[in-house]
Amino acid sequence: MIQLTRLRKVFGPLTAVDGIDMTVRQGEVLGFLGPNGAGKSTTMKMVAGFLAPTSGTALVDGIDVISNPVEVKRRLGYLPEGAPCYGDMTPLTFLRFIAEIRGIDGKAREAAVAAAVEKVAIEGVLDQSIETLSKGFKRRVGLAQAILHNPPVLILDEPTDGLDPNQKHQVRELIRGMAADKAVVISTHILEEVEAVCTRAVIIAKGRLLADGTPAELLARSPLHNALRIEVDNAGADAVLDDVRNMPGIAAVELVDAGADVSVIRIRSAAGSITIDVAAMLKSKGHRVRDLATEKGALDAIFREITIGGGASHA
Amino acid sequence: MRNMLIIARREFLGYFATPLALVFIVIFLALTGAFAFYVGGFFTRGYADLTSFFAYHPWLFLLLVPAIGMRLWAEERKSGTIELLMTLPVSTLDAVIGKFAAAWAFCGLALTLTFPMWVTVNILGNPDNGVILASYIGSFVMAGGYLAISACISALTANQVIAFIVGATVCFLFTMSGAQLVLNFFQGWAPEIIVEVMRSMSFLTHFDAITKGVIDLKDIAYFGSLIALWLYLNVLAVETRKGS
Repeated sequence: MIQLTRLRKVFGPLTAVDGIDMTVRQGEVLGFLGPNGAGKSTTMKMVAGFLAPTSGTALVDGIDVISNPVEVKRRLGYLPEGAPCYGDMTPLTFLRFIAEIRGIDGKAREAAVAAAVEKVAIEGVLDQSIETLSKGFKRRVGLAQAILHNPPVLILDEPTDGLDPNQKHQVRELIRGMAADKAVVISTHILEEVEAVCTRAVIIAKGRLLADGTPAELLARSPLHNALRIEVDNAGADAVLDDVRNMPGIAAVELVDAGADVSVIRIRSAAGSITIDVAAMLKSKGHRVRDLATEKGALDAIFREITIGGGASHA
Repeated sequence: MRNMLIIARREFLGYFATPLALVFIVIFLALTGAFAFYVGGFFTRGYADLTSFFAYHPWLFLLLVPAIGMRLWAEERKSGTIELLMTLPVSTLDAVIGKFAAAWAFCGLALTLTFPMWVTVNILGNPDNGVILASYIGSFVMAGGYLAISACISALTANQVIAFIVGATVCFLFTMSGAQLVLNFFQGWAPEIIVEVMRSMSFLTHFDAITKGVIDLKDIAYFGSLIALWLYLNVLAVETRKGS
């Protein structure tokens, strides 16, 4: 549904987007990750037809955004960064305006507006001017505007920014619910959001694509992926450390925290899961384990590693 | 065309969402009246016509029309809604003409509300209503010219105050280019053709011609092509500056 080919954007001396190749298929929710200034918003603006690429192309539903921007915009729901809306209008008049511009008239217009209003739950503020609304409501009005015409492609620039946890949950449910017959791209800083809604995630930094995979695949890149964290009494800690070190398939063993009477030990796997093996060994040796947990690896850590490390290698 | 009308309607109603419309219309009516009666000597001239009323329109428009035009694009850029508008399935030309049409219609409304002047002069005497109608048309077309300039300047900045000041200055140059004061400055050294072009570029020259009661095609064509030129520049300004 979305295909980017060698997409590049240069602002004077700054290369904001430096040759991105990417495809998003129907049914996918792509999480667009990257530090501030990585080129996320610029890429989205180019796909949405707001900025012209310096070189390269973006196709939406097979249509070139450079040669036929209006047709692309028809197929696209776009929430710009910060969800700008006309402050002097009310959500109701604003959404009616958007519907008309998108060629939805009469009864169909009222039905489309009502459906979008219900999806983002803004029934209570329909007749209040948008500039008097809270940040959360403004964001949801912007979201309603993007989904109003039930577009096959949705591009949402930080859709949950400024929402409270309940609203965030609601918006994620909404995106998940719509995802089956659409191609959705969301940009976000919130890594838990990627795990919650995205079927795929890409990480960009300094305008380049540095990683592309499912959230699980990205997590597997963490050095802590499949690591075990066990808590034992201080008295037995040394014995446990020795026994674990003698096991096969262990990359590293470290004492991460020694408290007054409990020690925390982290065991890193050389490859694959070691949980069963370690648990069996601990039991056979008769060690008393207070707690045992498998670490998934934090997306935060991978994100930092890829964007800082990756950025440096391109500099 | 359809999109143009939808944008124009939204923009037109936008003037009334704030006190701007009311303030503008009240000030416009007060000033046109004040100039006609006190400065133009509407009563003391002893003629049943609206010459004293129309004579000050270029100067009033010079100040007031950039105030209408300044928000058209600068506000969209400031609030970021330009990104919303330009990612809707509308062409830049649709948006430029729609916005211009809304502001021009608003000028037309303000001008229409001066009708008591026309009624008054008909009660007091027997004016040439043809001349008055021509003058109204001329005034409206001239307002369009000022507006097209202001709208284009507005697309170059996100700051409405800058849009107003620069817009008013450019409007001033177009008004004054026919005045002897400006022409004298060029007459000494510039070729005659330049001076003639400057004279022919002036709003005053063409507006005066229309208020004499003769709607000459070349005066209308002047304002028409001026509006078209500035709207074209407006499209270019939006296209090149929208992302910055």
